[in-house]
Amino acid sequence: MSFQVERGEFVSIVGPSGCGKTTLLMCIAGLNPPSAGGVVVNNVQVDGPPSNLVLVFQEFNKSLFAWRSVLGNVLFGLEVRAKLSQDAEEEARKLIKLVGLEGFERHYPWELSGGMQQRVAIARALAYGPEILLMDEPFGSVDALTRLELEDGLLRIWQNLGTTILLVTHDIEEAIYLSDRIYVLSRRPSKIIQTIEVDLARPRNQITTRAQVKFMELRNEIYKQISQ
Amino acid sequence: MKPFARINLPGVLSLLALLLVWEISARSSKVIHLYFPAISEVVRSLVDLIQSRELVGHLLASLGRFFIGYLLSAGIAVTLGILLGYFRRAYTFSEVLIEFLRPMPSVAMIPVAILLLGIGNSMIVAVTVYACTWPILINTIDGVKNIEPTLIDTGRTFGLGRWKILKRIVLPAAFPYIVTGLRVSLAIALILVTTSEMVVGGNGLGFFILDEERSLKTTNMYAGIALVAILGYSLNRLFLLVESKAMAWHRGATARG
Repeated sequence: MSFQVERGEFVSIVGPSGCGKTTLLMCIAGLNPPSAGGVVVNNVQVDGPPSNLVLVFQEFNKSLFAWRSVLGNVLFGLEVRAKLSQDAEEEARKLIKLVGLEGFERHYPWELSGGMQQRVAIARALAYGPEILLMDEPFGSVDALTRLELEDGLLRIWQNLGTTILLVTHDIEEAIYLSDRIYVLSRRPSKIIQTIEVDLARPRNQITTRAQVKFMELRNEIYKQISQ
Repeated sequence: MKPFARINLPGVLSLLALLLVWEISARSSKVIHLYFPAISEVVRSLVDLIQSRELVGHLLASLGRFFIGYLLSAGIAVTLGILLGYFRRAYTFSEVLIEFLRPMPSVAMIPVAILLLGIGNSMIVAVTVYACTWPILINTIDGVKNIEPTLIDTGRTFGLGRWKILKRIVLPAAFPYIVTGLRVSLAIALILVTTSEMVVGGNGLGFFILDEERSLKTTNMYAGIALVAILGYSLNRLFLLVESKAMAWHRGATARG
């Protein structure tokens, strides 16, 4: 399997459960060594977590720091970059506002709903200032309505910051709605069975974008590929 | 649990009822009075003993041993527990030794300590440190070993090395476990100080209690016991107060699951 992501792109990987999507992301994030082959980020071979990349985990409730407030969690992203200056807190507050959690700075993760917790995790990742954001099923465990909200929030952030995003999901429509390009993975042994360029106009809209014929066609095409 | 927020009225009433039964029985029977002098007399002699400063010296001696032993063991056991929990190989080497020594009643080590250190403060402190180390050590190891792997991966994706992950993620995540160990050892420290003082003699509340019993001053003996009880209760309350300040986040996090 071989694929590329260009700077500033929003790319998704779709595939059936158990096809190794998460493992793939862990390899790219430098958290697991790949059994064969290699990952190159900005022309550098990955042999540990690259400093310009951060992974947002599916299990945000396990990834957030329960002992830190929302502000504390987001500040962590700045602290580890040793960017803790006078305006660090201001910067963190800006990010909290960007993910729509203004007013919840002093709350602890357990006081927030699942969707809000994942926003904290995203804000914390953004605070790190990554060029590349890897996301593993980031909206996999929130309710459908929250999911749509979070998708739009993510697109807004992506357009604001220009971060490259590589997202893994098993939700075909989510992948189409968000991405510039989609790599479709097969069941094990996993390989890329299709590359799809999504040329739907931006900014996208949950109602009009999803109502386009082209959206349906893409959805059906991917579905056919995956269910083969 | 909030330390001072609410008084358990039924609980206090049953304690008072018990004391009342004691008082009445002691006053109504000479035989009972021989073994259980009236509570009012015990209280009076406790006040007298404190006012005459006779008990204050013993109290301070015990408190000194208690705090030195407890704090030393906390420092040793938390440090050791973090290292053993974090570095798998170190744990493999020490696991059997720990499991072998831990269930042994620590008071059995008092003769060994006397043999090595003689009868003095250092012996009492050593035994206290020994006994208090186990609950803190075991809980700390557990806390560090059971840390959510996603938390470690989070630290790694944010570019932290092993030591920084230990300091900034593992330590705070294991903190509730460490506190549990510290709370268990609080009671153990008091037990070991009192017991050792009974064996070694000289001064301290344990010595005082046994000495008064041997001098047939039963009322004074009970006054000493009451003081140890009050001491244990107060130390536990103090601990809960500090804990509730330090771990506000944890109570909520666990309440929600």
